[in-house]
Amino acid sequence: MKYLGIEPKRPKVGVFDFTGCEGCELQLANKEETVPAFLQAIEVVDFREISSTSSDDYEVALIEGAITRDDEIRRLKEIRKHAKLLVALGSCACFGGVNRLKNGYDLDAVNQEVYGTEPKETLPTQAVKEVVSVDLEIPGCPVDKAEVERIVQHLIWDVPYQFPAYPVCFECKQRYTTCVFELGQLCLGPIARGGCHAPCPAGGSGCWGCRGPAADPNLEEFLQIAKDRGFKKREIKERLSFYGGFEDMP
Amino acid sequence: MLFKVLGKKEFTTFIELLLNDTEVIAPKQVGVDTSGKPLHQYLPVQAFTEIDLSYETTEYSAKTYFLPFRENLSTCSFLDMVWDRQIKYRVQPRAIIGLHACDINALLKLDKVLAGDRFPSPYYISRRKNTFIVGIDHDPCEGGFCQAVGADVVTHGFDLYLTDLEDRYFVAINSERGFNVLQRVKTREPTARDNNDYLDVRRRIAGQFKPLEVHNLPNLMDIEFESKVWKKWADKCLSCGSCAMVCPTCYCYGIEERVSMDNAESAKVKQLYSCQFLDFAMVAGGHNFRPDRETRLKYRYYHQHRGFVEAYEEPLCVGCYRCGRVCLAGINPTDIIGDLQTEYQE
Repeated sequence: MKYLGIEPKRPKVGVFDFTGCEGCELQLANKEETVPAFLQAIEVVDFREISSTSSDDYEVALIEGAITRDDEIRRLKEIRKHAKLLVALGSCACFGGVNRLKNGYDLDAVNQEVYGTEPKETLPTQAVKEVVSVDLEIPGCPVDKAEVERIVQHLIWDVPYQFPAYPVCFECKQRYTTCVFELGQLCLGPIARGGCHAPCPAGGSGCWGCRGPAADPNLEEFLQIAKDRGFKKREIKERLSFYGGFEDMP
Repeated sequence: MLFKVLGKKEFTTFIELLLNDTEVIAPKQVGVDTSGKPLHQYLPVQAFTEIDLSYETTEYSAKTYFLPFRENLSTCSFLDMVWDRQIKYRVQPRAIIGLHACDINALLKLDKVLAGDRFPSPYYISRRKNTFIVGIDHDPCEGGFCQAVGADVVTHGFDLYLTDLEDRYFVAINSERGFNVLQRVKTREPTARDNNDYLDVRRRIAGQFKPLEVHNLPNLMDIEFESKVWKKWADKCLSCGSCAMVCPTCYCYGIEERVSMDNAESAKVKQLYSCQFLDFAMVAGGHNFRPDRETRLKYRYYHQHRGFVEAYEEPLCVGCYRCGRVCLAGINPTDIIGDLQTEYQE
């Protein structure tokens, strides 16, 4: 049905998992009330978590997880060849995510810590964009299904999607959350990208920045505030590097 | 104005009767900050004992009960190529107990913008008209400069206004509705002693404010348009919008269309927004009129203390100091106005 000059498309989508917990993929199957409509809007041709079919015939590839092995690099490059639009889904795909923490340590020591006497093949963690070109990044740990739905709608209508420019603080205020800084906790809310509806501070825990930096964040002032409130340099650095989203910042 | 005297016991009964048939919003303690100071919010209450009328201030203003942070303006359904639009206004009665003078003055300012002749908002008006307001006098809050901007006293915009005379309340009645509802409990006419005690309390409160020089501020701001003061403070700004969210008078908003996943329904959703956000003045084609923090911070102050004065003969700011308290970077109107005043003297 064409309306207002827009002919809705039903893109063929493949969902592929790499190094991650598969929680973002699970989100795609979540929000049951709109799952039928969601699956009506796209044609899933490859999605191990919900379907046994497999195909190379897709226009959109959703990539979940970070890249930590040689075979993952080869597989990802192969997917890039097929996909018209390659989407990094979730914080691991966008920034490397929690997996990236290991990059700060000796790789063999990390391997031994986790696997003991049976080490596994592993590389320093890379985000998807460090291996292939990425057309769209949807951050979050996990991604917000409602936001994924809106992005899918925009793809179908061929209208660019705008991520919120504002940081998490704004959404805390909009839900009457008492500032966790006031309660003596560290929080990345002032510099982290909003759009998540700030569930962590509402639950009593500061923001860990899973969606990466907000538009034009004032990192310098943020570091000053954290320091003035008595947080140690190491603690602040650890928080900033937790999801890898602030890695590129000066 | 009509005045009555209400015993403390009768006041409790009055609130309990109100609770029986109306949603009641009142200051409630929600915790303590790191220095042990109690934190309060205006929240729905179910019992009189949940209310803490001795609160100093609240983290958030009561704005959200008149201008919700998010509000569905209309819903459209799309069937057989025909749109059907539904609009719902909030009409359920609600009472807000314990608003301070600054917050009632804030409502009067919002009335000028949102319930005036030019662009009346039916969404705002329905909430405003159906909200019963009981205000209360209080000693100045820390940092508050309501007196400097003429918002420490209030003569209308409420139904009832209380002044605590220790064993009783001195009640100002400002509406027929307020008069009628007060009939539910026993009151008496004020005596000369009541009047005297009331005026004493008012004088005591008025004498406690710290002065803030706001004389000729609109013109001073024009002269200081290129002042270094703006950059000094804007360098600290996190562009987080917290100031606008806790402000009782900031009313700017954005609107977005939310289409259901099956494309059969669409909602027009209004969200309060902040002029401190990078994309606040972004227009079609990508041009941004205020791409830097300095301009954004400056224009917030210009709207509050200059632009609004030009339009309505009074500042938009009511001096509640919530923006100063909420700002993690310590940006606050007292210091900014102070800097502007002293810069020229130097």
